[in-house]
Amino acid sequence: MSAAAEAELARVVRDHAGRLAASLVSLIGDFAAAEDLVADAVEAALRHWPVEGIPANPEGWLYTVARRRGLDVLRRHARYRDKLVLAAWPPPAGEPDDRLRLIFTCCHPALPRSARIALTLRVVCGLTTAQIARAFLVPETTVAQRITRAKRKIADAGIPYRLPDSDELGARLTQVLAVVYLLFNEGYLSSSGDRVQSRDLADDAEFLAAMLAGLMPTEPEVLGLLALIRLHRARAAARFTSAGEIVRLPEQDRSRWDRQAITDATRLIARAAAARRPGPYQLQAAIVAVHAEAPRWADTDWPQIVLLYTMLDGLAPSPVTKLHRAIALRYVAGPRAALAAVDELAEPLSGYHLWHATRAELLRELGQADQARAADARALELTANPAERSLLRERITWT
Amino acid sequence: MKYVLMFVETERFAADLAAMDETERERAYGRVRQWFADNADKITGHTYLMPPHTATTVRLEGGEPVVTDGPFVEGKEVISGFAEIDVADLDEALRLVRSWPACPLVEIRPIAG
Repeated sequence: MSAAAEAELARVVRDHAGRLAASLVSLIGDFAAAEDLVADAVEAALRHWPVEGIPANPEGWLYTVARRRGLDVLRRHARYRDKLVLAAWPPPAGEPDDRLRLIFTCCHPALPRSARIALTLRVVCGLTTAQIARAFLVPETTVAQRITRAKRKIADAGIPYRLPDSDELGARLTQVLAVVYLLFNEGYLSSSGDRVQSRDLADDAEFLAAMLAGLMPTEPEVLGLLALIRLHRARAAARFTSAGEIVRLPEQDRSRWDRQAITDATRLIARAAAARRPGPYQLQAAIVAVHAEAPRWADTDWPQIVLLYTMLDGLAPSPVTKLHRAIALRYVAGPRAALAAVDELAEPLSGYHLWHATRAELLRELGQADQARAADARALELTANPAERSLLRERITWT
Repeated sequence: MKYVLMFVETERFAADLAAMDETERERAYGRVRQWFADNADKITGHTYLMPPHTATTVRLEGGEPVVTDGPFVEGKEVISGFAEIDVADLDEALRLVRSWPACPLVEIRPIAG
């Protein structure tokens, strides 16, 4: 199958599997049983569609398979079976999109984080257990076990299939967005493994963010996360050489950035900002937007970036944010001031490869080549990502 | 669904409580009584335990039962009480626990069957 056909197949499954899962959970009232039926239907689709072509009505196809299977396997559960027999399909027009309930259940804080990710991918995006295992480079049995345990906990602990109450919604939404963001980071630049980028997961993260933005159009952080993901992806083509090596921001060929996507994402940020409820995703998106809008590296509005990082650190204090602020400070106040700010972060970040890599760069600029090389070597020890490793190795050898 | 809330005290919490004067402690107990009163429609039973120094543990694994002094886990966190609640789902249990005014840890477990 060609890459394009594969991507199309993934897209169609993703567009429909979550909707089907949501409908079936509502219909039979049992999360685990409904989820099994959808997973079986998706497996069947992945066997049939590459050979027979994608059907004109993929959702109907999936539903028919899931229903037939349900009538078969749920024989002992007369209650579920009856509901399946009586179900109207397709669901009557105007039925609300239930995938919101689905994702809130999958990302429930009573589930372990790894299970939230696996469950969201499988239930909302229609990934198979094997696909999830490949994306995270873990054995399939591990993923299967996580999903089984999570489904058992949902049933046994009484994790509800409903939206959180309004006073809880904000906190719970933050947890849902964290799962989507983690997924995006994993896809955009996976920190382990030989493949530099696993494009699938970034696709899934963007899909989830767009779905949430459609279902919660007045939540500024949802729009902020969607803008952030789209801005990063708009520059994806320029991030790697054909050999898979990282091209750093100053050296990227900006003509390869997707200008239309950048403009659209910037509009999303403006729409979010109108709500006057700033948040970490909106601020991160704004930072990326400042970079994306600069025609050349030299045109970057660094004071603006420093300001945005200061706001971000005020809202969600983190040593990594402070590190990024220090990097931006280099272009506003010079390398010595930046190095001083970086060195203040030694205690929390001495195990983080980018802290050492940043120090190396600043030390080099200040003419301290030996110390710079030592810092690069330390960074190299600390990262498993092959593209980052080759960049660091090159610096140690050539500078 | 029925759940048991297990209230867990930490050394720090016990020390803070011991350091309170009479009025403060009475106020703290008052908040707990208020919590039970506010949620009376969902609480089907509750028990407060004597402190861990009163505990006796019996180990029945293999051979003779072994009786030892103290709780079954020697730790800084000890169970100090239980409440049984009857609510719609885990989210409702979580809502209840979020407003708990006393010890800093609560474990929520569904009741089997």
